[in-house]
Amino acid sequence: MNVLQPIGRAFRGFLEATGRLTLFAVVSVSHCVRPPVYPRLIGRQLVDIGYYSLPVVGLTTLFSGMVLALQSYAGLDRAVAESVIPRIVVQSITRELSPVLSGLMVAGRIGAAMAAEIGTMRVTEQIDALTTLSTNPHKYLIAPRLIAGLTMLPLLVLVGDVIGVFGGYLVSVYKLGFNPAIFLKFTWENVDAIDLTSGLVKAACFGFIVALLGCYNGYHSRGGAQGVGAATTNAVVSASILILVSNYLITEMFFGK
Amino acid sequence: MSARKSDIPKIRVRNLHKRFGRNVVLDGLNLDVGSAESVVVIGGSGSGKSVLLKCILGLIEPEDGSIEIDGRPVIGLPPAEREIINRKFGMLFQAGALFDSLRVWENVAFGLIQGESMDRAQAKEIATAKLAAVGLSEAVGELWPAELSGGMKKRVGLARAIATEPEIIFFDEPTTGLDPIMADVINDLIVKCVRELGATALSITHDMASARKIADRIAMLYKGTIIWNGATDEIDRSENEFVDQFIHGRAEGPIRMEVRAR
Ligand SMILES: Nc1ncnc2c1ncn2[C@@H]1O[C@H](COP(=O)(O)OP(=O)(O)O)[C@@H](O)[C@H]1O
Ligand SMILES: [Mg+2]
Repeated sequence: MNVLQPIGRAFRGFLEATGRLTLFAVVSVSHCVRPPVYPRLIGRQLVDIGYYSLPVVGLTTLFSGMVLALQSYAGLDRAVAESVIPRIVVQSITRELSPVLSGLMVAGRIGAAMAAEIGTMRVTEQIDALTTLSTNPHKYLIAPRLIAGLTMLPLLVLVGDVIGVFGGYLVSVYKLGFNPAIFLKFTWENVDAIDLTSGLVKAACFGFIVALLGCYNGYHSRGGAQGVGAATTNAVVSASILILVSNYLITEMFFGK
Repeated sequence: MSARKSDIPKIRVRNLHKRFGRNVVLDGLNLDVGSAESVVVIGGSGSGKSVLLKCILGLIEPEDGSIEIDGRPVIGLPPAEREIINRKFGMLFQAGALFDSLRVWENVAFGLIQGESMDRAQAKEIATAKLAAVGLSEAVGELWPAELSGGMKKRVGLARAIATEPEIIFFDEPTTGLDPIMADVINDLIVKCVRELGATALSITHDMASARKIADRIAMLYKGTIIWNGATDEIDRSENEFVDQFIHGRAEGPIRMEVRAR
């Protein structure tokens, strides 16, 4: 009958969810900057997110760099390829591929783990137990994860930048037979501060998004194992979508004119 | 001054209302727990016993009514003040709620290390002593919660609840899921710990043997309110047909178990 009603209801639900998420983010961030801090917990998260994500991020960016070189070569004249391919590789990797792919991979790895861990703590009343032991769950559980997400993803992306360019180098030199010195020269000439900066800003933003949505979905999970499963799925899906949306917005901010 | 202070109940609950959607759980509940008194609330599964405890602990916000701790209203306090009030509390959760990312001794010492900023070595000593008080060895302290049996988990939960020497301790179904002998061991431990601390205790259970053992006073929760309350030895002479049905565990009587799906 009234076709607008379900649309209106969905829209209201969306606004409510956005409001709740924003409130959750504000409370959690305020706990990041107020004492006491838990160096032990932050350290554990830094290692979890940073160090243990290195293989995933390394492999993803390595093969992205390789396939970039290969694909670009197919459509190019041999004479220009040697100067153009390094530029395509370094620009695409630093601006887009390294931050976005690392963000998505970390969402799958870390966002899911955070939602599952915090969700399990919620349904087994461990979060209630924290509160009764005079410990604020936002400070104890969520702030360390937000701090780690925000700081570690830019570092991972820097490493990914280097490995991605190295992937392009491998294919260009060993498969396409380019001169290594020329490849490195053109690569170096095309490293641009604005590309690197935008990539790192994206990375920090994505790291925050992954940690926030992992924590938020876990924190609000209900029911038993099934609820935790749903929270995990939601954490990964919503973080991935938000990463792609905010990627566009940040790109627009840096490069759109 | 001190004479007047003892007139104020440790916990005073008045006209408490809590519903989840259309499911009315607490409907104008009143309850007083005096200082150093042990009160047990009995009631069927799903009657709202855990919800009552969580309202007092500030984990759930009731719609209406008042809760006073030592004469001070606590509903709607800002989180920082709530944390200070919570220092008076210890809680044994129904399923233990032990932190599974921490070793047993770290669980017991948690309130001391995080809540009271004690240094780890000293907190570990106290934790070991509390574990000994509930009959667990120092070696158990080095285990992870996942490595414990049900009875051991309850003991660790109890040790954690008493570690900060709280003034008020809550026990949520302390004997559920244990064999009768282990249940009795836990009951004895609860009585001993509460007595040693001189603490006020509020327990909830549907296990009558446990209630008789740990209660000074028993209150029965039914349909969102306390329908009967009196000294433990009066419960067999309550002349209340709801209470009689419950303590004798009869299917027939005024209490109708709602077994339909919601
Ligand atoms: N967080 C919650 N959200 C929705 N309903 C709840 C919640 N907690 C408890 N309930 C409902 O409240 C009622 C009482 O639950 P509870 O206090 O756990 O019972 P019990 O007396 O067995 O401890 C149940 O019907 C339960 O479904
Ligand atoms: Mg219960």
